[in-house]
Amino acid sequence: MIIAKPKPVAKLVEFTEKFDKILLVGCGGCASVCAAGGEKEAAELAVALRHWRQKQGSALAVSTAIITRQCDAQYLDSIAKQVTRVDAVISLACGVGVQFLAECYAGKPVLPGLNTVLAGGAVQAGLWEERCGLCGNCMLHQTGGICPVSRCAKSIQNGPCGGSQHGKCEINPQMPCAWHLIYEKLLATNRLDLMMQYRSPKDWSKEHSVGAKPVRKKVLP
Amino acid sequence: MIRSSSKLEQVLNQARFAVTVEIGPPKHSSATGIIKLAEVLKDYVDAANITDNQTANVRLSSIAAGVHLHQAGLEPVIQITCRDRNRIAMQSDLLGAYSLGIRNVLCLSGDHQKFGNHPQAKGVYDLDSIQLVDMVRNLRDKQVFQCGEKIKQHAPRYFIGAVANPFADPFEFRVLRLEKKINAGADFIQTQCIFDMQRFEKFMQMVRQRGLHKKVPILAGVNPLKSARAAEFMQKRVAGMIVPDEIVERIRQAADPKAAGIKLCVAQIEHLKKIEGVAGVHIMAIDWEEIVPEIVERAGIKPGNYPAW
Repeated sequence: MIIAKPKPVAKLVEFTEKFDKILLVGCGGCASVCAAGGEKEAAELAVALRHWRQKQGSALAVSTAIITRQCDAQYLDSIAKQVTRVDAVISLACGVGVQFLAECYAGKPVLPGLNTVLAGGAVQAGLWEERCGLCGNCMLHQTGGICPVSRCAKSIQNGPCGGSQHGKCEINPQMPCAWHLIYEKLLATNRLDLMMQYRSPKDWSKEHSVGAKPVRKKVLP
Repeated sequence: MIRSSSKLEQVLNQARFAVTVEIGPPKHSSATGIIKLAEVLKDYVDAANITDNQTANVRLSSIAAGVHLHQAGLEPVIQITCRDRNRIAMQSDLLGAYSLGIRNVLCLSGDHQKFGNHPQAKGVYDLDSIQLVDMVRNLRDKQVFQCGEKIKQHAPRYFIGAVANPFADPFEFRVLRLEKKINAGADFIQTQCIFDMQRFEKFMQMVRQRGLHKKVPILAGVNPLKSARAAEFMQKRVAGMIVPDEIVERIRQAADPKAAGIKLCVAQIEHLKKIEGVAGVHIMAIDWEEIVPEIVERAGIKPGNYPAW
């Protein structure tokens, strides 16, 4: 799942200062699950933005809506009427949702209400961790099911580096060293041969950051 | 077998106890200081490592500094980290450095950008340190770029160094990782600064069990402590170090901390000379490089006065 964090309210105040009527659009997908951009967060943000404008001695009309998934074009029509009545839209979805909305309502400013941070999952209530680096070339079969691309601070392929001590990463004593975890897993499963295996330089051209790549799959009519 | 035209390789090949030193280039654009340092050091060491933006702080480039040292008569070992350059830039720099007379390279992952003066920089880490070693070896032995394209002429022939940190974890994997580096093409090894001699002895015992000391010369890292503050910094702030409390305490209690630091370093070198498989020492006296001649003299390891290893 995509994990996102709300932008600071002050930032959204800055985004909306030239508008009188805005629509906050929550997303029922990942953004709801990670408690960043669901119905509840949209309602709370609406109150905060109205209150802020009130303190300035004027009024900001804030309405809210929720879309099942903003990254899916078939759901976007549901807010068409509400969009016509406002000056700008704030999307509380990940960067994908913001762009789908901006494309669908091309004449309207669509602004991001969240910062999209990682692909991961909840490891405990209220705590999400990165688990995938979107490298396009999964190597989890070699690393005991632990991803060094997203979980090693240097994304190295032949770790652990010399900064790993007491099972923790050199950059943060709270953060487990991914390669230490990999070592222990492979040791426990009698696969230390995989630790000794030299992994040649990774093909980063499969990675997410190398231009917008399409993924195609045959769809039955 | 001689692989390069490095003088350090010749020294190590003759099984002479080698001395290398570490020099941190300045945070400005004048080489006057390091050239002076080269004059002071050149008769006392076999080669000098030039750090590559150590602890992720911007400094004069290791290659440029290496050229200055080379011209001043001190053989440079340029360090290359994986933090700031991708495989294209690294290979380009390796060609360029070779064309300027540089013959030794030390391959490292590099301190994470978080530690330096530009923590917001994007870390590159296109390759890791072992892949870098492999790439430099292939430039030399197979005359191919990393992509496999043939280098038609003038392939760079480096003497390739790698590092080992006996003080990182998991301890029992450190010797195996060293072996991975040797298999990838490392010609010599320099270790992290040694303060915990017991742990290093254990590490070397495992090295000997696997016969790795016969495959590559290993230079043991030492660091003369200048003050109690420096000792504490090493103990608490430097990633991947172990400094026993008793050492920090010894420097702290000393009437003359500098003299105590030198004495300790000399004693460490005396000890290291006796460990089978230690082919030399690498003295890391960052910001205190001028003390190296005294340490070398007192430890009896001045080039030309080598014990065999």
